Amino acid sequence: MLELVNFYIIPGLVLGAVYALAAAGVSLVYGVMRFANFAHGDLMSWGAYAALAGVAAFGISPWAALPLAVAATVPLAWGVDRAFFAPLRRAQPAVLLISSFGVALMIRALIYLAWGPTPATYGLGFSPPILWEGVRLQRRHAVILAGALLAALLLHLLLARTRAGRAMRAMADDPDLARITGVGVGGVIRLTWAVSAALAATAGVFLAVDTELTPLLGFNVLLAAFAAAILGGIGRPWGAALGGLILGLAEELSSYPVLPGGAPLLDPSYKTAVAFGVLILVLLVRPQGLFRGMG
Amino acid sequence: MEAALLYLTTILTLAGIYAALALGLNLQWGLTGLMNFGALGFLAAGAYAAALLTAPESAQHLGGFGWPWWLAWPVAAAAGALLALPVGAASLRLRADYLAIATIGFAEIVRLVARNEDWLTGGPLGVSGIPRPFEGLGQPWGPVAFLLLVALVVAGLYALAQATAHSPFGRALRAVRDDEEAAKAAGKDPGALRLRAFVLGAAFMGLAGAMLAQFFKFFGPDALDPVATSFLVWVMLIAGGSGSNRGAVLGAVAVWALWAASDWLAAQLPAELATRAAYFRLFLIGLALQVILLARPQGMLGGRG
Repeated sequence: MLELVNFYIIPGLVLGAVYALAAAGVSLVYGVMRFANFAHGDLMSWGAYAALAGVAAFGISPWAALPLAVAATVPLAWGVDRAFFAPLRRAQPAVLLISSFGVALMIRALIYLAWGPTPATYGLGFSPPILWEGVRLQRRHAVILAGALLAALLLHLLLARTRAGRAMRAMADDPDLARITGVGVGGVIRLTWAVSAALAATAGVFLAVDTELTPLLGFNVLLAAFAAAILGGIGRPWGAALGGLILGLAEELSSYPVLPGGAPLLDPSYKTAVAFGVLILVLLVRPQGLFRGMG
Repeated sequence: MEAALLYLTTILTLAGIYAALALGLNLQWGLTGLMNFGALGFLAAGAYAAALLTAPESAQHLGGFGWPWWLAWPVAAAAGALLALPVGAASLRLRADYLAIATIGFAEIVRLVARNEDWLTGGPLGVSGIPRPFEGLGQPWGPVAFLLLVALVVAGLYALAQATAHSPFGRALRAVRDDEEAAKAAGKDPGALRLRAFVLGAAFMGLAGAMLAQFFKFFGPDALDPVATSFLVWVMLIAGGSGSNRGAVLGAVAVWALWAASDWLAAQLPAELATRAAYFRLFLIGLALQVILLARPQGMLGGRG
C-alpha cells in the first residue's frame, strides 16, 4: 500500500499538478480566443529556461527564479499575439492553430539558439524527503503541489471575484454579447495572455524541477495538456485542472503491477500514450468533457 | 559533375515524395476540411510495410519477405488506408481542432509502437537492407531511374487527385466541407464521405512512405520526425495553396528546395555554426508560415476550389 502511495500516487499527483497548470492555460486561451494554442508547450519551455538564466546569473533557487520566468514569458506572449495572432482574429480557428504552430517552432528555435540541445538542470541539491508514517514526500514535490494549489486558488479568485475575471468569463460565454455590453475586448485578451503565459511558465519551471530542461520540455506535455483541457470541458479552466490531475494519476498508475504475476496494466514504455488513450476515449464517449465545454 | 547530378537527383526524389504527401493532405484538408496533423502515422505504416515486404529475411524484425517493389508498393498504400479506417471512424466526427489534436496523438502512438515492438519493426535498430529499385544500373543512372519512377508515381497520384476533385464525389466533399447541413439536406452522408476522403489521402501517404523507405534503403524510428513530416507537409500545402493539387505539388517542391538549399548553405559554415544554422532554419520555417498566413493566406496557387 505504501509502495502504491510513494511510487505511483505521489508522482502521479505531481505530474497531474503540472498538467493541470498547463491545461488551465490552454483552456483559458481557448475560451476567450477560441483556438487551440499549439505554442503553449513552447511557452512552458521558454519559462523554464528563463528561470535557468536567473538561477545561473544570480545563484538563486528555481523557486526564487519563478517570478523571473513569469516576467520573461508574459511579454513574449503579448508580442506574439500582437504580431501574429491579432491580424488573424477573424480567421477560422484552423488558421490560428496553424499560425500558433509556426510560433511554436520559432520559440523552440530561439531556445535552441540560446541554450543548445543539451539537457540541463537547475542544480537543486539533494534534501532529505519528508517522512510521515512511511510516506515519503520529496521536498521539491511538496513545493510543486503547494505551488500548484496556490496558483489554482489565485486563478479562482481572479475569475470569480474580480471585475477583469468576470469580463474574461463573459467573453468566453458569449463574445458578441460581451462586446456590446461594453467589455474592453483588447484588455481582456491581454489579461488572458498574461494569465495563460504565467501558468505556462509556472508549469514549465515545475516540470523542469521534477525532470530536466530540454528544448522540447513543454512540447512533450502539450498533448497531455490538451487532453486534460478537453477532458475537463474545453474553455473551463477548473475542469482542465481536474482533467490534468486525473491524467497525471492515470499515467503513473498505468504502470502499477496489478495483473497476476506482477505485470503492469500497460508496459511503461507506452506510458506517454495514456494521455492520448484517455483523450480518444473522452472524445468518443463524452466529447463535451466532464463539465460541458464550449461549442 | 556526377556528384552534382546525384545531389540534384536526391533533392528532386525527396521533393517528389513530399509532393505525394502533400497531395494526400490536400485531399483531406484542401478538399474535405479534415485537419490531419498525423501524416507521420500513415507514412510510417506504408514505409514499414514496404520495408518488411522487400527486405531480405532477418531475425531482427518480422520477415523480410524479399518481394519486388511493384508488388510491395500497392500493399504499402493499402496499409496506410487500412490504418486510416479505424482512426477515421473514431475521430472524423470531431471538430477541426479536436481532430488535429487526436491525429497528433495517434501519430505519437505509431512512433511508440515503431520504437518498442522489436518483433515487428526491429525497434530502434529499424529495418536495413531494403533494396532500392534500379540499383543494378549503378551510379548515377540507378538513382536517376528511381527519380523517374517517383515522378511517374507522383504524376499518377496527381491525375487521380484531379479526377477526384472534379468527380461528383469531389463536389460532394466540397459541399460537406463548406456547408454540412446543406449537404445533408441534399441527401449526402457527410460521415461516409469524410471517411472515404481520409482513407484515400492516407493511401497517398502510405505510398509516399514506401518510396521513402526504398530510397533510404533503411527505415527506423529516427526517420519518424514529426517536424520534418507531419508539420513540414502542412507548410508545403499552405505555401502552395490548399485546395489546389498543382499548388500542393508546387509547394512541396519549392519548400523542399528551400529546406535543402539552407542545408547546403549550413554545410558551408564552420562546424560549430552549422548546428546553430539548423535551429535558425527552424525559426525561418516558422516565420515563413506566418508571413504566408498574413500576406497570402491563399498560397501561391490559391483558392480552395
